[in-house]
Amino acid sequence: METQDNDKQEFNITVYTENQIGLLNRIAIIFTRRKINIDSLNTSPSEIESIHRFNIVITESEEVVRKLTRQIEKQVEVLKVYYHTNADVIWQELALYKVSTDVIAEKVSVERLLRENGARVVVLRKDYTVFETTGHREETDNLISILQPFGLIEFVRSARVAIIKDSDGFNRKLREFERLEPGEDVIENEYLNKGQKVFTM
Amino acid sequence: METQTITQEVSEVAAEPVKSPTTVLSGSEALLEALIVEGVETIFGYPGGAIMPIYDALYDYNDKLNHILVRHEQGGIHAGQGYARTSGKVGVVFATSGPGATNLVTGLADAQIDSTPLVCITGQVFAHLLGTDAFQETDVINITTPVTKWNYQVTDATEIPEVIAKAFYIAKSGRPGPVLIDITKNAQIQKFDYAGYKKCDHIRSYRPKPIVRPQYIQEAAALINSAKKPFIIWGQGVILGSAEQEFKAFVEKSGIPSAWTVLGAGAIPTDHPLNVGMLGMHGNYGPNVLTNECDVLIAIGMRFDDRVTGRLDKYAKQAKVVHLDIDPAEIDKNVKSTVPVWGDCKETLPMLTALVDKKEHTEWHDKFKDYTRQEVEQVIEKELNPTTDEMTMGEVIKQLNEITKGEAIIVTDVGQHQMVACRYAQFNNTRSNVTSGGLGTMGFALPAAIGAKFGAQNRTVVAIIGDGGFQMTCQELGTIMQSGIDVKIIILNNRFLGMVRQWQELFNSRRYSFVDIESPDFVALAAAYRIPGKVIDDRKNLPSALNEMLSNKGSFLLEVMVTKENNVFPMVPQGCSVSEIRLK
Repeated sequence: METQDNDKQEFNITVYTENQIGLLNRIAIIFTRRKINIDSLNTSPSEIESIHRFNIVITESEEVVRKLTRQIEKQVEVLKVYYHTNADVIWQELALYKVSTDVIAEKVSVERLLRENGARVVVLRKDYTVFETTGHREETDNLISILQPFGLIEFVRSARVAIIKDSDGFNRKLREFERLEPGEDVIENEYLNKGQKVFTM
Repeated sequence: METQTITQEVSEVAAEPVKSPTTVLSGSEALLEALIVEGVETIFGYPGGAIMPIYDALYDYNDKLNHILVRHEQGGIHAGQGYARTSGKVGVVFATSGPGATNLVTGLADAQIDSTPLVCITGQVFAHLLGTDAFQETDVINITTPVTKWNYQVTDATEIPEVIAKAFYIAKSGRPGPVLIDITKNAQIQKFDYAGYKKCDHIRSYRPKPIVRPQYIQEAAALINSAKKPFIIWGQGVILGSAEQEFKAFVEKSGIPSAWTVLGAGAIPTDHPLNVGMLGMHGNYGPNVLTNECDVLIAIGMRFDDRVTGRLDKYAKQAKVVHLDIDPAEIDKNVKSTVPVWGDCKETLPMLTALVDKKEHTEWHDKFKDYTRQEVEQVIEKELNPTTDEMTMGEVIKQLNEITKGEAIIVTDVGQHQMVACRYAQFNNTRSNVTSGGLGTMGFALPAAIGAKFGAQNRTVVAIIGDGGFQMTCQELGTIMQSGIDVKIIILNNRFLGMVRQWQELFNSRRYSFVDIESPDFVALAAAYRIPGKVIDDRKNLPSALNEMLSNKGSFLLEVMVTKENNVFPMVPQGCSVSEIRLK
């Protein structure tokens, strides 16, 4: 069914997987096959050894996102998939800014800059200084525009990591997965039970 | 008529492994040991540089594993598919690295979309050469990722027993599909302490079937019991789940008219009184029109392919939909369900049967009969009993039915002959219709028929192929010649790429763009492979020619010249609703 563009919004897709070579590609092609751009992708080990957590951000309608998550969950090495709107999660992106120490020390009130942007100094050297800040896209963008006039040398920003507000016992569930025979409540796709309230936790 | 389960023909008993545990084996030997324990009897393959150690080991396993040398890897994988479809077992295919592996891709895509269980083993260059553009190196894992249920690259022999066990488990469990295992040459050669082979029955991140929810069964039953005009549409899921008996019991108790997708054909016999015909673009009139009139649509083991639904936003909008499927991703993918019955239909159908009322739905059935009458008058009669000089494809199928009595396995290629064969062939048994449904792979039939026969050696296998499709994989006549397998081949020759021509006639103002295809002398081609053959162009010779073909010991090629510009009707034109189906 055709979905209107105006139904689209950012969704945070959380994927728990085995640590397996090639799985990133297997997940990525689920999006690329449908010509959907991945806005942000973070993958790193979860709190459980050998289980990885992906955080994927895309802009799509909920209907499309629901179908995508089912396709992802269908992959053999995927343990669990959840999706959430931005309102359902708390998220951060981390940004690093490299500037000339001379310029910054001379022309900027570093103290005010750090306070107003919640930034901190990671490295302080004679030739350059590296600031770090975390926040939403607008917040990390804001510091770019502040530092740009003062000779920003290099900038990098991480993918989004998001924690789910309503999550209750993901850690417990993951530990269940660790056992060879997961309990029935865990083995099952959660949305099977919930009909329309799919994935809303 | 009873639906028979044919899977029994192929021995289900796993053979004893040759090597006792705790011996030193090479990776290649460990692979072959694994195949033996998995009950593999037949392998379709083609050797090459990077898979040579496996073939070297195979030399000593010749008495345990029957390797069929194909003429092209695509032929190998289609044969594997045919084998899997008729036997219900996992098809096994060997190919070498690089071009050998890339030649598998069409078959993998076909098996993926048609849920056919396969384990393909490809050789790969030495692990230390990976990524160096070595001779015959291709990134097979990444090429095949979108068209496999699972794939894995083995670079160390010690992984082989566990990985092969996983491969078989994944290929055949849940919704089946193709698995590809790429084994580097060093791993094939490497010796290791073999500790025996253990079949896999659990992978923590993999849930082959969802747990059945009794409340959904109850809701579904209530909906079905309240329905005035319920309609069952079934697909290959019934066959893949070996749920033919359970399905028949459900249909017979509920008395609901039932129609099938192309791949579902034969799950209950074609002439079963509750079987109202075929769905989809070239399906029967009643099942298409009445999809948009039923009040409860019960979809079983089918995935609402666009060739079945036609225009989706005008598909069964009036109906409440009960969807039974083992794959949660299929639920609500194309058609929104009112009650999703997750699970294996072998489990869910008996639960549903227990709760549905016994009914007959006589008036509702009469409606289907009404449409059948119209279709017979306007389409079927002309196709099966033509008064024209030239033969139609339909009358060939009708004659074939009369001689085989519906007991044969029919393997079709893709195009007009495929739709005609599916529409008119009589299937008494399950696992009898082998065709490329989802992918529509021309060239599928000849190699698939070879595999189909290996998978069901006591049955007659008839491949029905167009003149175009036959020329795509006709090199597999060599496989027939060398293996001595008995496959009956009918080429329905209309001297056109008929289905494309039909579309060009109907939708492109008869601008016949590159559909006029010349063919070689097919009978002479078969003769070159020492396969007897015959060509006929007069209907009075049709029965005797078919009898000659079927009674011939061994393979036979029968070329039937049929009318050039026949169209397959009914037809739901692309972009139209199923109720806009055309009879001419």
